[in-house]
Order: sequence, then structure tokens, then C-alpha cells
Amino acid sequence: MSCKESAKKTEALVEEAPVVETEVVKETSDLKVYNFTEIEPLLHKTGDKIYVVNFWATWCAPCVKELPYFEKITEDYANKDVEVLLVSLDFSKQYETKLIPFIKTHQLKSEVVALNDPDSNAWIPKVDPEWSGSIPATIIYKGNTRKFFEKSFTYEELQTEINQFLN
Amino acid sequence: MKTIKHMSALLVLLVLSAFAPVKDTGGYKVGDIATDFKLKNVDGKMVSLKDYKDAKGYIVIFTCNTCPYAVAYEDRIIDLDKKYAAKGYPVVAIMPNNVKVKPADNLDAMKVRAEEKGFTFPYLIDADQTIYPQYGATKTPHVFVLQKTKKGNEVKYIGAIDDNFEDPSAVNTKYVENAVDALLEDKAIKETETKAIGCSIKV
Repeated sequence: MSCKESAKKTEALVEEAPVVETEVVKETSDLKVYNFTEIEPLLHKTGDKIYVVNFWATWCAPCVKELPYFEKITEDYANKDVEVLLVSLDFSKQYETKLIPFIKTHQLKSEVVALNDPDSNAWIPKVDPEWSGSIPATIIYKGNTRKFFEKSFTYEELQTEINQFLN
Repeated sequence: MKTIKHMSALLVLLVLSAFAPVKDTGGYKVGDIATDFKLKNVDGKMVSLKDYKDAKGYIVIFTCNTCPYAVAYEDRIIDLDKKYAAKGYPVVAIMPNNVKVKPADNLDAMKVRAEEKGFTFPYLIDADQTIYPQYGATKTPHVFVLQKTKKGNEVKYIGAIDDNFEDPSAVNTKYVENAVDALLEDKAIKETETKAIGCSIKV
């Protein structure tokens, strides 16, 4: 831990280092808030796990509708090395009034982080070149294999896609 | 036998297109000629691009009442019209959502919103949802700057209004203004396509 702490942030990109703790810009209550540079390593973790990253917001009706399916993946695939990360694109001024209460009311079990980086033209293509910017959007990846979806999911569709990553 | 081959080829195509990613749904690219339309405005009248005899082009914006991003940009959309309508580039706003999914985007609600905000431009409803797919709009707000040419209305810019949805005072680059300014000065547009977060169009 001590040597990792002294390591430069760029090295954290290639390591499976616990970047989460060291790179938090601001914690609003329990909410982790990142800019894109800080969140990018979470979209490129190495290792054998399957990562499901969903971009959503509390004000996005189709996102809220499919959120239980991602939660169900967190539960149902707990022993299959599948990790869900919910990246909120809520407005920063609504973290306290909307996002945090939502997380508490719905008792979200998947990890939630907030992405606060208004210059979306700079980072949307880095998430995926095909992303036009509408949400919900989801990445499923394992190592270097990844798929990007700019669409809503049913639970079955989500399962089908994740199962393709389970060898 | 030939027909069977053709049919299986067709089937393959159908299956492929069913799984085609979003990017293949078409839509305009910069340089394409955009279709005109005849859509109902909040005042009940039908509006087409060709109605604007003196326009040099158009700032077509797919937007709606219910998307927080669209709402965040309302004042800036009004400002765009105020600044550029007189220069020949009026704003034409189109609401693309299915109102059965989003009742708060129906024509009556649009009327209320247009009056509340004092929209200086037409706020049209794509009631059959046939126009937004041709443009390739995927979200609200989504801007298409068109220039009137001999060939038709040529797409010159696609994307975001500026680079900060949340805080107008923190904007560094005004993409749409830069694009229209360049067209007015007959210069090349620096950034012809930009991306921004928005609400998916409700189908």
C-alpha cells in the first residue's frame, strides 16, 4: 500500500491498484465524485472479472427503469466475478437533493459513482467512439474484450450479453 | 433455387440489421442534404423550412420539455434565435419524443412551455416520429445547423450547443455560434461535429 501510494497516478492505470480511494476529488456524504480522467481507469480494469458499467441519471426515466436489472446482476452474478458500476450523470447541484436520496431510498447494492465533467465532447468519444451521448448507455468488458450499448436493456437482454463473457 | 438463394440472402440481411448497432441507423453526416418537413407548431400552424424565404440557413434543434439537459439549454436556445434569426439563421425547434411515453411533452404541454419561456422560434412536434430518424437525432438537445445551398439544405454542423451544459458562465467553446459565425463569414467551420450527453429520444 505504501509504495502504491507514492506511485504516480498514471501507473495506477496499468496496475490493479485501489485507485478508488486515492483519486476521489470530493466526497459529498458517501458519494464518490470523479472527473473523467479519474473515472477512466474504472473503465479499463485488468484481470479476469467481467465489468458492467452503466451510465445513468435519476432524471432519466429509461435508466431508472432498467436500474433494477443491473441490481439483479449484482446479486445473481455475485459468485461469477461480475462487477457492476453505476456511473451517475446527475447534475452536480442535485447530488444532495436527488442522487444521494435516490441511492438511499432504493438501497442500491451496486457501486455508484458520480461523473462530474461538463466538457462531455472531450470524454464521450473516449468511453466509446460510437456513443452519441444519449443515456442509458452501458459497457460490458473483460480484459481487452468489450461491448458498448447505447440502449435500454431488459433483464434477459442484459443476461444474454453478460453470459457471452462467461466462458 | 435462385429465389431461395435470394431469400436466404435477404434473411441474412434482415437478421444482421436486427442486430445492427446504433451507428448504422443512418442519419445525416456533415455535407448531406437534409430533408424539409411539414410539422405542427405550438400555434397550430404547419411549418416547413421552405417557408423561410429569406433564410440563409437554419439552426434545427431537437429538444423537449422533459429532459433536464434540454431545459438547461432553453435560455441559450432563445439567445441563439435572438442573435442569429436576424442574420439569416433562425432556430427551428422540434420535439421528437413519443408523447404516449412522455405525456409532459405533448403539444399542449409544449404550448405552455413555449409561452412560459417566451420562445421566439417555432416549437414543432414530430408527431409521427418520422423526421428525427432521418436527421439521425438520438437525444435532446441535438443540434443540426443547415445552410441553404442550390443543392438543398446542407448539413454543416451536428452536435452540442456548447461545452458546458450545467453552467452557461463556465462555457469555453460555443460550438453552434462558432459554426454559424463561420458560415456567415464564409469560413470553414473548425468543429463540425461534437458530442454531448442528452436524454434518449423516447420511442
